Amino acid sequence: MHKYLKNTDTEWYKQRVVSVVCIVIAAFAVLGLRLFYLQVLEGEKYRSSSDNQKIRKHSIEPQRGVIFDRNGLPLVNNRPSFNLSITLKDAKPVKNTIKKLSDYLNLAYDNIINIIESNKDLAYNPIILKKDIGRKMLAVVETHKFDLPGVAIDVQSRRNYIFGDCGAHFLGYLGEINNTELHSGDYPDCRPGDHVGKIGIEKEYDRFLRGERGGRLVEVNVKGQIMRNLQVVEAQPGDNVFLTIDHRTQARGMELMSGLSGAAVVIDALNGHILAMVSTPSFNPNSFIGGISNREWNELLLNPNRPMENKAIRGQYPPASTYKIVTAIAGLEEGVIDKDTTFYCPGFLRYGDRAFRCWKRTGHGSVDLKAALAESCDVFFYHVGMRIGVDKLADYAKICGLGSPTGIRMGREESGVIPTERWKRLRFGTPWHKGETLPVAIGQGYNLTTPIQMAVLVATVANGGRMFEPVILKKIETASHKIRPLPDDLKQKEIRKFPFKKENLEIVKSGLWEVINGPSGTARRARIEGLDVYGKTGTAQVVGRKTGEKDSDKELPDHFKPHAWFVAWAENEGKKIACSVIVEHGESGSGSAAPIARELLKCYLKR
Amino acid sequence: MIDRRLIENFDWGLFALVLLLCVVGVVTLYSAVAAGEKNPDTGLVVKQAIWCGIGFMVMMAMICFDYKELDRWANLIYVAGVFLLICVLVYGKVAGGSQRWLVLGPISIQPSELTKLTIIVMLSSYYSKMVKSEGFSVRELIQPLIYTAIPFFLIVRQPDLGTAMIVLLIAASITVFVKIEKGSLIVISGFSALAGLILWFFLKDYQKLRIKTFLNPDLDPLGAGYHIIQSKIAIGSGMLTGKGFLEGSQNILSFLPEQHTDFIFSVFAEEWGFIGSLLLIGVFMVIIIRGLNIAYKCKDSFGVILSVGVTAMIFWQIFINIGMVMGLMPVVGVTLPFISYGGSSLITMMVCVGILLNVGMRRFIID
Repeated sequence: MHKYLKNTDTEWYKQRVVSVVCIVIAAFAVLGLRLFYLQVLEGEKYRSSSDNQKIRKHSIEPQRGVIFDRNGLPLVNNRPSFNLSITLKDAKPVKNTIKKLSDYLNLAYDNIINIIESNKDLAYNPIILKKDIGRKMLAVVETHKFDLPGVAIDVQSRRNYIFGDCGAHFLGYLGEINNTELHSGDYPDCRPGDHVGKIGIEKEYDRFLRGERGGRLVEVNVKGQIMRNLQVVEAQPGDNVFLTIDHRTQARGMELMSGLSGAAVVIDALNGHILAMVSTPSFNPNSFIGGISNREWNELLLNPNRPMENKAIRGQYPPASTYKIVTAIAGLEEGVIDKDTTFYCPGFLRYGDRAFRCWKRTGHGSVDLKAALAESCDVFFYHVGMRIGVDKLADYAKICGLGSPTGIRMGREESGVIPTERWKRLRFGTPWHKGETLPVAIGQGYNLTTPIQMAVLVATVANGGRMFEPVILKKIETASHKIRPLPDDLKQKEIRKFPFKKENLEIVKSGLWEVINGPSGTARRARIEGLDVYGKTGTAQVVGRKTGEKDSDKELPDHFKPHAWFVAWAENEGKKIACSVIVEHGESGSGSAAPIARELLKCYLKR
Repeated sequence: MIDRRLIENFDWGLFALVLLLCVVGVVTLYSAVAAGEKNPDTGLVVKQAIWCGIGFMVMMAMICFDYKELDRWANLIYVAGVFLLICVLVYGKVAGGSQRWLVLGPISIQPSELTKLTIIVMLSSYYSKMVKSEGFSVRELIQPLIYTAIPFFLIVRQPDLGTAMIVLLIAASITVFVKIEKGSLIVISGFSALAGLILWFFLKDYQKLRIKTFLNPDLDPLGAGYHIIQSKIAIGSGMLTGKGFLEGSQNILSFLPEQHTDFIFSVFAEEWGFIGSLLLIGVFMVIIIRGLNIAYKCKDSFGVILSVGVTAMIFWQIFINIGMVMGLMPVVGVTLPFISYGGSSLITMMVCVGILLNVGMRRFIID
């Protein structure tokens, strides 16, 4: 049946089989060479792509440092914020889960669907449905955990300004880093999307508060799910910042000035520590977290009372009668007056063809320096100013720290204006008229000062002439409670000592005591039982008081009403606390500013 | 009782190498399913080990009768194979977009695997009766063409492009082995080219895409080209000595597709590197050469052609599978003999080896 092979036929087959063997060997050689190419020649390249595609770098965000007041009371900390998310892959059946979720949490079903629709590509990654859900919602989700597959809550650290708008101006707020900041070199480890301090302490001490970002190398699978941690570098929490601020005084200030537009600075006269720095109206830094809405931002910007401005360091006002402290010192030092010099005040001083009025139309009669300070006689200081001249007066003002920033490290601070002849020439191109010196002498000309400058000035007078740079930073502690040595640029320096005669300062001081305690003092309302209080009122005209114009008693519109100043200090048991208060359009220093200052001093000294 | 020469001529080497490959297969399969898992599902591994056991029994069964019986029953065997293929198209289970499986109680079989063998038997039977040194003419080749075409189109219908291609390659290999007349060869070449062109229009879109991305994997690196790129990364990253057993990250992190079936070689190459992979390829080559050695020593036409056919089948599966995971060939879904997971594939391979052993041990018995 079979066709058996003859020998020749067998040879024929054998030949053909041998050819097949050759082909097979060639084919395997191809496979071997390809293998050699992939694993040996190109192996390095493929090894690195295999490493690269499985390893991802995830960052670990550091905890930002806490900001405390001088007594260790936290003013700004971080609180956990809970984000509700859903992972579609795990949420099957998706529709069902979403339905339940919307029932339990009272969220609109369509809303959830919309959020999910716009994140459709994230099947394996969680989609955030709602940020910062409250404790109540958190509890509901936790209770129904097993009923809500794929629904998760992740915790994020969120900045928390515990007292809301209280102290907002010096505390500042956080915002997403912008391009300029990114390229400035001040934020070396920051990346787009990071939050950094935008103003105040948050900005000035950002490098301490920020901490160091940690990281984690994780191995992921093809779906991006983390399989294991390869290497973890823990984040370093930021340093805690302790301020010199006394929260109680600060809060009292906010309370006293609520509804008013103005500023108050309370400072320890013996070391320059800022105890309170109030600026009203204020804003709530919490609303900047996660981006402030356009409407809210516009409201803040368009508010005529400028809530975003820290009036304590950026508000510039004519110092008015508080400036008489400078004029008095200058007069005594220059020898144009002594403590017994008297001038007669008929209610005005005629100079050239103008009559410069005193605030008291009926006049103060014959007054010496003490009485002139106590009753705030303008005519007396016109005489002094006239005799000194504007440039000499400006020299004294500058020694007193006016016309330049005090150096508090809290962002941009205004310098104020101390006019001189040269200044006017440069500013307006016109020469100085002698008559212009008179209003300058009572702080009403071109002069502008900031509340913090005035606070530093009275503090210096109070402590007998040592002018401290005001500071708001008490200390910086690491997260493990070790004191961090301050870099040189953050160390406080005593600016200078007043080069004035001690007895001259004493004369001025007695005048300032008289303001509060004298029988005809302008600020008798600022007396505090059991404390020695010194002070000076000021009423800064917003519109010029014209000569001859009838001092009409008719009500001025609010925004033409004068600003009310009061600067003061109080002494008790070796403590000396100074303060300056300005109430915009507060009408009179004694009426609206002095009671606030009184309460602030009392609040700190009388515990 | 048993002829002493049967034992003497038993190819122990081939037997041992196949045994070795089965062990390598089970171990690599374990790695494919278990690496990186905390609670590995080793069910597949146990299943595969059982299939190995069954496979050896089938292999033994295949040497218990004289292979010449296959020649006698060739027509029936062929018809049975075609019948099973028709059954698949009618009753088959649909999985992954194609209909390849016949469910028989607890087990599923893939008749197309067995069909490859039935075609070999059929063609060997046909060619052995009329082999001549000058080769076959076109007219004589029409019959084998039909024998091949029927199962080929049935398999393409499933569709199972990989197996269909193997069927074609086996038939072509056998035909070329028995020699084609020079003139006929030219005619057939032209005809094949035309057929290939027509076939292109019958391909499903995903199959076309596979061929296109084979030509240029970067065309679609996240889609169809993704598998080839990931497989190449897996193999290449094994480098000279490999990442070690159960340490293949491409495999662990599921970057490899079909890691326990078609891409099992990538798992192996990533773990064992160039040295291990070259050894594995070497073992495969020795098996093929052993198979051809049996053909070389065989004294009857049917035996020679049968063993060449069977060896060709094993060879093409190896060559195409390894070639495809290394990016030399389109991804066509061909399993790696003895290593890939899958009962039908393993049993078919065992039957092949059984036939080879059978032919080898009976080469002196001429009735």
